Amino acid sequence: MSRNDIHPMDKLIRADRMPHIWCSGCGLGTNFSCFLSALDQSGLDTDKCVIVSGIGCTGRIPGYTNIDSYHTTHGRAIPFATGLKLANPELTVTVFSGDGDLFAIGGNHFIHAARRNVDINIICVNNFNYGMTGGQYGPTTPLDAITTTSPYGNYEHPFNLVHVAAGSGAVFVARWTSLHVRRLTKSIKEALLKKGFTFIEIISPCPTSYGRRNKLGDGLEEMKYYQKNSVISHGIDPKDTDLDLNGKIVVGKFIDIDKPTFLDKQPDLLSMAEKNKK
Amino acid sequence: MKIKLPVLTGEHFMNGDFACAEGAIAAGCRFFAGYPITPATEISEALSRRMPQVGGIFIQMEDELASMNAILGASCAGVKSMTATSGPGFSLMMENFGLGIMMEIPCVLVNIQRGGPSTGLPTMVGQQDMMQARWGSHGDYEVIALTPSSPQEMFDYTIKAFNLSEKYRLPVLIMSDEIVGHMTEKVVIPKKGDIHIVNRKKPKRGPDKYLMYRPEKDLVPCMANAGEGYKVIATGLTHDEKGYPDMSAEAEEKLITRLCDKIRKNKDDIIEFEVSELDDAEIIVAAYGSPARSALRAIRLARKEGIKAGLIRIITVWPFPEEKILELATKARAIIVPEINKGQIVREVERCSKSRCEIISLPKLARIHTPYEILNVIKEVNNT
Ligand SMILES: Cc1ncc(C[n+]2csc(CCOP(=O)(O)OP(=O)(O)O)c2C)c(N)n1
Ligand code: SF4
Ligand SMILES: [Mg+2]
Repeated sequence: MSRNDIHPMDKLIRADRMPHIWCSGCGLGTNFSCFLSALDQSGLDTDKCVIVSGIGCTGRIPGYTNIDSYHTTHGRAIPFATGLKLANPELTVTVFSGDGDLFAIGGNHFIHAARRNVDINIICVNNFNYGMTGGQYGPTTPLDAITTTSPYGNYEHPFNLVHVAAGSGAVFVARWTSLHVRRLTKSIKEALLKKGFTFIEIISPCPTSYGRRNKLGDGLEEMKYYQKNSVISHGIDPKDTDLDLNGKIVVGKFIDIDKPTFLDKQPDLLSMAEKNKK
Repeated sequence: MKIKLPVLTGEHFMNGDFACAEGAIAAGCRFFAGYPITPATEISEALSRRMPQVGGIFIQMEDELASMNAILGASCAGVKSMTATSGPGFSLMMENFGLGIMMEIPCVLVNIQRGGPSTGLPTMVGQQDMMQARWGSHGDYEVIALTPSSPQEMFDYTIKAFNLSEKYRLPVLIMSDEIVGHMTEKVVIPKKGDIHIVNRKKPKRGPDKYLMYRPEKDLVPCMANAGEGYKVIATGLTHDEKGYPDMSAEAEEKLITRLCDKIRKNKDDIIEFEVSELDDAEIIVAAYGSPARSALRAIRLARKEGIKAGLIRIITVWPFPEEKILELATKARAIIVPEINKGQIVREVERCSKSRCEIISLPKLARIHTPYEILNVIKEVNNT
């Protein structure tokens, strides 16, 4: 391997697992490297950082990350991550998974972990469909979009993920597209260092399925299209950030608040008992 | 505030659910996740009080899918963990029970069985999930399932369940039932030092040489926890010894064979049963859980009438004591199997007895057999 072939984030990648399974032009590679840069810049001890996913194309990210990594079952990454974090509060636990995984089959876990304010970070790659199973519609597919199970156009209203996250109690909520590399990286770094339940949505191209069927061009074109269509609006009320098929994509950091976490609220009976003895 | 110790050494009068909770704490369990369900709720209630007293975590999850996953996660962080449920929740746990089998994660899943299917009879006893315990998750695997018959055994076998789970790296099942869970009896809790505790094997090599799933002689790999610098890689996909996904028939053969063999080849270490009056027995009752109590009385009554009756009380229903059943079938005239279901474990008894003797199923739903119901069958066999 020549010097030029060494990826700057090599120490955080399981290089012996390359090549990865993702299609060329997929946004996942970019999203992955933003995460790695953020992790690197965070200054966190990576031996104490854990990454967890469910199932899907996005769900393959942990397996390529050279830190403790758990690739669980479809939809169940959040409760698994909850167990890890509560059992060892020293860990920084990040869930990296897809829109279908986190908001269809796993939706209930998402809202409850946010409500409890478990100190974990959720990064959701929203590619508007179930990429891994061949591009069926999911909970974020825009109305009228074509997918393999909505051949006449999707007739279900989608979730606005950042609105769901904010409404469920997340203390940090942001949305970027895959091409907002610098801003996305900064947001992930902030989330990693933030105490409480954080949520970042990445609008990301799936040229093989969603992009192709909705005539969004190849991966780069789809990625550029999302970025061009975006407007940065920090602090805007998440209810005003709905996405539709060809409309504007509002991005930015929408929520950044503080409140006690699940662990902060644990009764410290042991030290109370200690005090009573004195 | 009065804080109780982790091990409540002494004599108590407690129900099976509470005894299970105390057994968990005594075994070193410091993480419990559950969702309320009759007749297992008392385990949650007890542990919501007890966990904070011993520096552990109690969390009430949004459902049983989440509960099962939370205990898997906690165990991966190195903390012994447990959940408890009944039929409907057991069904929801099955998917990720399989994840625990595949990732080889020690933990304990308690099922206080009630009547089913579906919502069934929430407050009445059942033993209808015995086959689900064996086969309820998809794919091929072996399980360990224990069936306590008393509150004392709920304490003792909860500790044993943790020990087996740590030793063999898998979720271990306690397949109790409503009668045992809700029955109140004397429970003796030994001194802390007298309780045998097993902990998972830690990696013997440094992170550079450690392989997640390289088995040792006992077919069980050493386990690195999250946060220890080993760069754990675990997946529910079929994987190689490194833990890397391997989508080949060879990898599936190798991994699944080992997962089965680590139980099959160590079965003598795992299997436990108790025998009463079996030496010269011609008519044998094979029972587990609460019906084993009636069965014991039934064979004693039969002995009083001069009938050569005996009992095998099966404690590890899975792995099933195949060889012992064959041995008994070879000597006996009949084996009677009382169960609170339509006849589940009797199928195993039939399979293992290889037609060497008559096998009589004694199914009953929602209630325990009385000793006389079992005695009558013993007498019928004796008279023919
Ligand atoms: C219980 C269960 N149901 C269905 C599947 C099949 N499945 C695998 S990935 C997937 C969808 C993934 O979509 P998403 O989470 O959006 O991830 P993407 O592939 O788009 O990144 C489905 C339905 C499964 N693995 N498990
Ligand atoms: S199917 Fe879509 S999301 Fe999956 S790797 Fe290919 S382009 Fe990416
Ligand atoms: Mg998707």
